[in-house]
Amino acid sequence: MAASVVPPSPVRDDAFFWEGVTRSQLLLRRCAQCERLHHPPSPMCPHCGSVEWRTEAASGEGTVHSWIVSAHPTEPDDSPRIVVLVDLAEGVRFVANLAGIAPADVTVGLAVRVTFETVGGVLLPQFRPVEVAE
Amino acid sequence: MSGYGTAVVGVGQTEYSKDSGRSELQLASEAIRNALRDAGLGPADVDGLVTMSVDTNDELFLIRSVGIPSLRWSSRIPFGGGGSAGTVQHAVAAIESGLADTVVVYRAFNERSGRRFGQPGGRVVPPEWNWYLPYGLDTPAKIYSLWFQRYMTHYGVTNEDFGRYSVVARRHAATNPDAWFYQRPITLADHQASRWIVEPILRLLDMCQESDGGVAMVLTSAARARDLPHPPAYVAATALGQVMDGDTLFQYHLPDTTRFPQAEYVAEQLWKRTGLSPADIDTATLYDAQSPSVFFQLEAFGFCGPGEARDYIADGHIELGGSCPVNTHGGLLGEAYIHGINSMVEGVRQIRGTSHNQVAGARHVLCSSGKTAVVFAAG
Repeated sequence: MAASVVPPSPVRDDAFFWEGVTRSQLLLRRCAQCERLHHPPSPMCPHCGSVEWRTEAASGEGTVHSWIVSAHPTEPDDSPRIVVLVDLAEGVRFVANLAGIAPADVTVGLAVRVTFETVGGVLLPQFRPVEVAE
Repeated sequence: MSGYGTAVVGVGQTEYSKDSGRSELQLASEAIRNALRDAGLGPADVDGLVTMSVDTNDELFLIRSVGIPSLRWSSRIPFGGGGSAGTVQHAVAAIESGLADTVVVYRAFNERSGRRFGQPGGRVVPPEWNWYLPYGLDTPAKIYSLWFQRYMTHYGVTNEDFGRYSVVARRHAATNPDAWFYQRPITLADHQASRWIVEPILRLLDMCQESDGGVAMVLTSAARARDLPHPPAYVAATALGQVMDGDTLFQYHLPDTTRFPQAEYVAEQLWKRTGLSPADIDTATLYDAQSPSVFFQLEAFGFCGPGEARDYIADGHIELGGSCPVNTHGGLLGEAYIHGINSMVEGVRQIRGTSHNQVAGARHVLCSSGKTAVVFAAG
């Protein structure tokens, strides 16, 4: 299954995130002053004006808010990938791929959990459905 | 007396094609020349230029090509196509503050034969795209679909519902000789047979065109407008609406993703400033890069309630003869994709009474590009 991934080009305001990915962590940015999460992160907390912040690893648990099938992503012959918008348990939304499920089985509210997988040579966060015990 | 401060007094365009065979600078120059002739003015009357930030035409090359001797106002609006109607706000700001007398708004590109925005890969992208592009979220159709799909699942809207808009747009284009799809209407069956672009959200016939062409409008004070050849299209109000969690493309972090809060903010301002309501709008142009955009705008502006655009369209309100015909030129799907500026030219024609699909007695026209909009009024 071919996959061509445009790798991220980290900049000062998101380098922490991609560094976290190398350690299989989904890092969110929390204001050190007012304790609010902000994603996607900005260099200044929009609630209190602080530029002090810390990162914390998200639980990786969430539910599907929306999704699409990206046909021939990046290159014409690439295999389709599901792109998912996840409501993370921490209260922010996050975009990644959803693997391990057929598109027809995806529903809003589906419980998913993050994994870290190499796609097209690039280590990326990916979500997979949470197995529900019968 | 109108009480309005500014009016559109000239409109001009090139032909709309898939391969213009000439430079973007030439397209812009021709469109501006045509708009000035239409206004009964010359290049020496122009002292202001406004375009969109993504336009490639350099203002100085342009005034040298058109023959504008000197310039004392120039500005560009960001926000992609969503900012297109906001060019009028910039022109009004310049004219009503006295910083310019006569401002030309223009947009010209070879969007089909030149660089194509919708193609993935090989582009330099801003850092914000790090959050999306590695996952294969790489074209406008896919990017917007991740927003649209939530609306569809929430209200039970289907691609067939979207198709009913496409059919209307193409029906309007079919009787507009300027439209690329002149005399080429489609049926809902044609729409449903067209290939998926993003299944199950967008088919080919939900998508705007890629077009080559140029468009320009000339704006000046209402006082001067009354001495010029055409009935002025007065600017009753313009508005910009952006919100903190919004995005030009990635509308994923809005508190409620089934709504279009930027357009709601624009609508709130327009209705307040004009004293008008949706019922007073005789015809509208709504930015239709993809058919679902029209649904979001109909609801945001209050033509119908949340989730009701499907029924509003199916009931014929937006067709010629309906309560508020929408995109009588065929929209960006049917006429051409000149980034929304061509839709404002249609709004001006409706006020003048010269549209190819004229709405009888049109006095108030809404031209929306979602995050910016203008209401044109007859005198």
